[in-house]
Parts: sequence; structure tokens; C-alpha cells
Amino acid sequence: MTMDWKSYDPNGFFDELVCRDGSIRPPARQLIHYLESLPPEEIESRRQMAEATIQEMGVSFTVYTEEGNIDRAWPFDIVPRTISAKQWRTTAAGLEQRLKALNLFINDLYHEQQVLKDGIIPAEIITESRNFRPECIGITPPLGVWAHICGTDLVRDGDGEFYVLEDNLRVPSGVSYMLENRAITKRVLPELFEKDDILPIDGYCASLFDMLASLSPRDVRKPVIVVLTPGIFNSAYFEHAFLAQQMGIELVEGSDLMVGDDDCVYMKTISGPERVDVIYRRIDDLFLDPSVFNKDSVLGVPGLMRAWQKGKVALANAPGAGVADDKVVYAYVPEIIRYYLNEEPIIKNVETFLCDDPEHRAYVLENLDKLVVKPANESGGYGMLVGPHSTKKEQAQFAKLIQDNPRNYIAQPTLALSTAPTLVDNGSLEPRHLDLRPFILQGRDTYVTTGGLTRVAMKKGSLVVNSSQGGGSKDTWIVDGGEE
Amino acid sequence: MLSKVAERLYWAARYLERVENTARLVSVYDKLLFDLPREVDISWYSLVELNSASDLFSERYRIRDEHNVVKFILADDTNPSSMLSALRMLRENIRTSRDVLPVESWEQINELYLYAQNNIRLGINRSKRYEFLDQVVSRCQMLFGMLSGTMSHDAPWQFVKLGRDLERSDMTTRILDAGAAALIAANGDASVNLRQVVWGNVLRSASAYMSYRRSVRMSVTGPDVACYLLEDAHFPRSVEACLTQLEISAGKLPQGHHVVELIREINPSVYPITTEADLGPAFRSFLNDLQIQLCQLSNRISQTWFPA
Repeated sequence: MTMDWKSYDPNGFFDELVCRDGSIRPPARQLIHYLESLPPEEIESRRQMAEATIQEMGVSFTVYTEEGNIDRAWPFDIVPRTISAKQWRTTAAGLEQRLKALNLFINDLYHEQQVLKDGIIPAEIITESRNFRPECIGITPPLGVWAHICGTDLVRDGDGEFYVLEDNLRVPSGVSYMLENRAITKRVLPELFEKDDILPIDGYCASLFDMLASLSPRDVRKPVIVVLTPGIFNSAYFEHAFLAQQMGIELVEGSDLMVGDDDCVYMKTISGPERVDVIYRRIDDLFLDPSVFNKDSVLGVPGLMRAWQKGKVALANAPGAGVADDKVVYAYVPEIIRYYLNEEPIIKNVETFLCDDPEHRAYVLENLDKLVVKPANESGGYGMLVGPHSTKKEQAQFAKLIQDNPRNYIAQPTLALSTAPTLVDNGSLEPRHLDLRPFILQGRDTYVTTGGLTRVAMKKGSLVVNSSQGGGSKDTWIVDGGEE
Repeated sequence: MLSKVAERLYWAARYLERVENTARLVSVYDKLLFDLPREVDISWYSLVELNSASDLFSERYRIRDEHNVVKFILADDTNPSSMLSALRMLRENIRTSRDVLPVESWEQINELYLYAQNNIRLGINRSKRYEFLDQVVSRCQMLFGMLSGTMSHDAPWQFVKLGRDLERSDMTTRILDAGAAALIAANGDASVNLRQVVWGNVLRSASAYMSYRRSVRMSVTGPDVACYLLEDAHFPRSVEACLTQLEISAGKLPQGHHVVELIREINPSVYPITTEADLGPAFRSFLNDLQIQLCQLSNRISQTWFPA
């Protein structure tokens, strides 16, 4: 494929692979040279190979629609996104720093609440948060850690710097797709893995297992660890089964577990009840235990909160951890880092306007056509307004929503999300916007994935990368040597 | 091993065996009815009776003809034992046990399901029925073969075997019952020739014709066929051989003795068979008792390994 990189036009956005003058960034050089050496038919045949591989491996995700749930093949772009190892080391340090501070913060909120007393964050933000769980007050989970698995969304702005867009501390998903993307790329572009120094990513499942094992309340050599899934109809079921299979542990549903009179959790096996030490739960807080939260929930396990409160079982993430991924709390994270760690944040936040603040609110209402408005507690890209792409009617709708419930909304400037060359229908490479979700683990040690899941908006000009809304994904390469 | 996973594998295997046997049964009936003299009144409807589904059938259909019976047995989704219903249940059970099964099994079952679903008309109409059913049977066997050849033969595999052998022994009693019922329907004046046709087809529907000839070394007679399918120690679809396999599998599982002791109580040779006259209503009622015992065995399996 011959590409005239001078005519490749990221339209003023920062491109991950190509500089403004059309030269190729060092980490991407081998990749681009290689792609240029392939005739167009060959590129098309690699693309088809990727598609077939995805079908064969059964990589799918579920989309909820009015006609029912649809299992869709995972949308994938064969051109990897590259980042230099040097830059990644700094970013990874920033991610660890952030999660450490957030865990200290959550632990403080459920104990002394010193951070509120010291006026770092207004107390009502916490007391009014839908994700603050009074049931967790006074509890110290193993190692004092609440959020063991965190998926942090990073974006690169026009200046080429990484910013944190949001922290996902409840049940972040996507890591299986990160691993599958690499498996697909190895089959589709195997030649590149011989030449390029692409750092491996497959340590994740082993690290996840070790982290979970480090939480075991029993000091046994082989603690019993399970993945708790809401079941086959959940959009991330594929990932739940994938992780259980990779770690060699049981995939359970609520009905497979029970809490005994001794407050321990047991799973129902063919040899009778077997005690469970650690539960990697992929169910939201409110469905965990029908005797405490949502009474109608059939997904959870009655008595599970009691078992956790008594320290008989570890839950990852701990209930109540979501209090720190509220988008209003997000605005305060830089302060939280300074307060608990006495360090400057390594990765910056995106500028955020809190609609609860009268001045901010007035600014937001005046600039709805320029801002992105998000509800404080939603995920998956649902219920948000992308100002520049919205109609007057939608803006008026959001103005009313904000005025009715200002605490529940924040706004951010429309980011100039970075782009990367993406194979489009006519067989050429065009810039498409993307973000990056690395996964961070904290138990006895901390661990950051090498890169993460790159999600890409497949539609020209679109900024929405969620797979539920037409986004796709790319393999993410952290390339050693060839620094910028 | 999780009880729920064990339960799903057990049922997946039962449904898989049921799909195969249903396809066999319809296929054999097809041939049997070609071979019968016109004046003999054996109808397709016996297939419904044989599956203990008369009530359900009469809720759906008025006319007991070939088209309705075959549709009911193969395709009807209101009939929980129809071939397509069993396939659907099989697919659902495998879909949720993917983490313990070989990756390819999911692809295989998908292909089987799509094939049967898309070509079910071929099964209902007569001209291509044989080819269609033959495909279904061989795809089922491929799936079992793949599981047997690639799964570790630890607990999950033992549950697959339990399901397969229980369903298989139950089906063998029903196939025998079909033969007995057909001859009773002929009102006692069945010729030697008719008897041979019926019992020959009974053997064929259990894929037992060749091995019967080799091991019995006699012409096909009712008493010999009945004894062979009930008591032969080596033919894998005989009730006795299935019970032996069930006992081996149960014995390898924790608390298996609860199940083994019940298996030992089932005796397929307790009913004396010497002449054709022994294959009348008393024989049918003995087969019915055997089916009840197998049903109790299935309950015992549930209670032991997957209590609610």
C-alpha cells in the first residue's frame, strides 16, 4: 500500500502515529514501513483474516436492543496504535499514583472522613452520592484496599498529553478484549512481532490471580477464588467466562453460592459445600445481597454483605468503592492526590464544570453547544450530550435535566481526541478518534497493563468510542526503543 | 466442580442423545412402514404413544397422520421432547458450560443447530427425510466423539457419560416397546414374516442389526432381540451395558455410592422371555417399570450432585 502521509490529514488533531509534517513517529516506523510494503489485496486479505479469527474465537459482545439482546462480533481495526515505552512508563506511574490515592480516600470516607473535615471536598458531595454505602462505614477490607481493579479512561488532547477522562472503580470491563486484540494481531501481522520490540501484555491474568489471592482471609496455600457473573444475558458475559477460564477458576452465579451460619461463603459443588475465600464480582453493589440492597435481585447472594463485613470473604472490588468514581468526585481527584500522597498528580484531569456550583452551572447552560455534559453516575456512554453534535431540542432537554438535578451533572470541554490511521471501507487509511483504557490492579502490589484497550470511533469525525454505540477497537503496542 | 455445571453437562448429554435417538426412531419408522403389508394397521401415531406424549399431541392436532406426527416429533416447539426442542436445550446448556468444554464443541453444536433449524422441512416431507435424519445422527456422533477424544476424563466427562447412558437406556426400552406395541396392534395374527420385519427394524433403530447377527448367530426373533437389547453385556446401547457404564461413571464421583446402590437394584433380565407369547402386554408393563426405575435413577443423580 502506498500512502502519501503528507495528504493524511488528522485535521489539526494530534495523531498517534503520524506527525503534523507527515513524518512517522518513531514507535510506529516499523509498522508503517511494513504496511506500505503490502499490496492493497494483501491488506484486504489480512483484514478478512482478522474477521474470520474473531468469528472462530467467538469474541463477541452483547448489545441490548428493544428487540432483545444481540450477540455481535467484536469490531476490530487491524492497524495497531503505538505508544513509546518511555512515555508509557510515566503514564503507568501516574495511574498507580492515582489508584493509591483513591484507595486511601475511600478508606478515609468509610472511617474518620478526615478529608471532609479538612474541607478538601464539600461533605454533601459524598453524603448525596448515590454510590456512598452507609453499610460500609467502619469496615476495613483486606490490606485497606477497596478498589482492586480499576479501568481508567485516558484521552490525548490536541497538545499530545494524556488526560484522565474517568475512573471506573465498580466493575470495569474490557480487559479480555485487550488480550484478544493482541491474539488476533499476532495471527494477522505475525511478521512485525519478529522485528519490532513490542512489549508483551499477557501477564495480566496471572497478576489478577495473584492480586485476588493476596486478599484471601484464610492463610492457605491455595485460596478458593471465583468470578461471580450476573449470567449469560449480561453484556460482558464473554469476558467473565474468559477470565475464569484463563485463571482456571470457577465461574459462578449468585445461585451457586450461599452463606452459612458461620458467616462463611460456600459454593455448591458435587462434593457438597466448599468454602470460597475471594469473589471477583462482576455484579453491581446493589445486586450483591438481596437481604441488604435490592430486595428483588435474584443475581446476588443473601448474607453476602454480612460475610464480607465479618471479614470471612473478600470482595473485589469492595462494596462502596464506587463512591470514588462519581464524576463529581472526579473533579477533586487532583486535590485528593495532593492531600493523601503529598505529590503532584502525574496525569492531569480534563477540565470539569460541576453543575452544582452556581457559577459553573451558569457557564454550562450558556455553552451547551460547546460542552460535553455527562450524568454523574452513568457508564457506557449512556445519557450524555455531546454539545457540538447535538440539536437545539436536545440542548433544551439537557438544560432542564441540569436545572432539575444539578448535582447529577458535570460538563467538560469537547476534547480534541487524538486520532490514528484506521482502515476504512474503501481500503485506505484515514484518521479516526480514539481513547485508551488501561487496567490497574492493587492488592499487596500494584500492576498496570502494558498499554490497555484502545477504543476507536469507526465513524468519520465521531468522538463516541463505546462498543455499544458503534465503536471498535485496536491492538495497543507499547514499543521499546525508538523514543520520540 | 460446581453442581450447576455438572447439571448442565448431564442434561446437555441427555439432550444430545435424545436428538440422535429421535432422529433414528423416525428414520426407522419410515422404513418399517414401507415394508409392512397393506392390511397391517400400524400407524405413525405409535411414535407419539411411545414417547408418552398422547395428551400433548391431542391438544395440538386432531388428525393422527404421518405429517402431523412427524412434525410433532421433529419440529414442534410446544413439544418439549421434539428434536428441535431438545436441540435448543442442548445448545443452551452448552452455551453456559463453555468454560469447561473444548472450544470446538460450541462451534459444532452451533452448526448442528443451524443445520437442523434451516432444513427441518426436509425432515417433515418424505423425499429427503432419510438424508436429513442421517446428517443429524452423524453430527451428534461427531460431537460425542469430539468430547470423548478431547475432554479430560475427570468429573465433567463422567457427568456427560451419565447423561448419555441414562438417556440411551431409556430410549432402548422405548424402541423395544415400539416393536411390542406394533405386533400387539396386529391383533395376534402377525405372520412370521411380519414379526421379522418388525423386530429387524427394532434392531436397526438401535443400530444393533449387525452386532446382533454376529453375536446371536440366529435369525431375528422377538425373544432373542428383546434379550439382546436388554441383557447383552457388550452392545453399547443395551440396557445392561448402559447400566454398567452408569455404575462405572457414578463410582468415580464423590458420594457415588448413593447412586451406585440404586443402579444395582435395576435388573433388566428379571422378566423371563422365552417365546413370542412373553412379549405381550406383560412385557410392555415390565418395560414401563424399567422406565420408572430409570426416572428414579435420574432423580437420585440430581439429589446427590445437584440438589436445588
